[in-house]
Amino acid sequence: MEALRIESTHKTPRVILDPENGIFEFSGRSIPEDSVGFYAPIFEWFDQYAKNPLPVTHVRFDLEYFNTSSSKNILELLKRLEAIHAAGHEVRVTWYYDEDDEDMEETGQDYQALLNLPIELSVKIQS
Amino acid sequence: MSMTYSYYKNMQLNNIIFVYQGEVTADLVSSILQMVENKLEGEGEDRKVKKRVFNVMVECLQNVYHHLDALPPTDASSSVRDKTALLMIGREERDYYIITGNHVLNDRIPDLKARLDRINRATKEELKQLYQEILTGTGFSEKGTAGLGMIDIARKSGQKLGYDFHPVNDKYSFFSLEARVSRIPEK
Repeated sequence: MEALRIESTHKTPRVILDPENGIFEFSGRSIPEDSVGFYAPIFEWFDQYAKNPLPVTHVRFDLEYFNTSSSKNILELLKRLEAIHAAGHEVRVTWYYDEDDEDMEETGQDYQALLNLPIELSVKIQS
Repeated sequence: MSMTYSYYKNMQLNNIIFVYQGEVTADLVSSILQMVENKLEGEGEDRKVKKRVFNVMVECLQNVYHHLDALPPTDASSSVRDKTALLMIGREERDYYIITGNHVLNDRIPDLKARLDRINRATKEELKQLYQEILTGTGFSEKGTAGLGMIDIARKSGQKLGYDFHPVNDKYSFFSLEARVSRIPEK
């Protein structure tokens, strides 16, 4: 399946969805006013991917900030991963946060509580 | 021109970093966020505090952008509705404060007030629960936001939200909202 790559902006994250190289990554910030518009093509991509996923899908979220309308879209995204997981394919999510960023850690915990999906919280190595 | 100095002194006295009165557009919100972020960056504020302020600012500004009720044109020959608002950010010794002001239809006040009071009464744990309920429960409102903004602001602020409805006429009031973020990082 063809990779989806979106470069980051001041308001939107960098997205790499590349099954050939096994890279699934969201990094940066997600604070667009119109988060639905930003995430729609990503949902479409995952709907296609779900038809024939890799044996193991490891998705990394390395987000600095996101707004509440993105948080809803990220939940939708994780639900799609949950469905792939439920269909018997291995799916792992790593949720990165800065050591002193309790808010981002807490958001990761929120998602853990809401989903039946292995979400690992991981402290980001300081660059 | 004689007013300039008194504006300046007033802003300084009230620890205002930034104030804007005018039309709120998506581009404007972006510019303000970038400008204030650079400012916080330049002043060496604690990283955690900086992140919180930025987060709360994003929600407050986008909240205004999505939910302000534009006033009908004052000039009968014009069809342009008045989408102006007030956006203000300040830094005191203990707190940053973010204040927004915009017109709302009087009909919306009871609901808004009930939501704000509910948020202000809630404990930290209850806010978390409320956030999760709304996150999973309801769809997007017609304006594309999740209705989570104010809860998120309250969670990140950790303090009560200040608000006021100032009557303008029989149809509109001016709604102001104040969120504070402590500059003293908790242990």
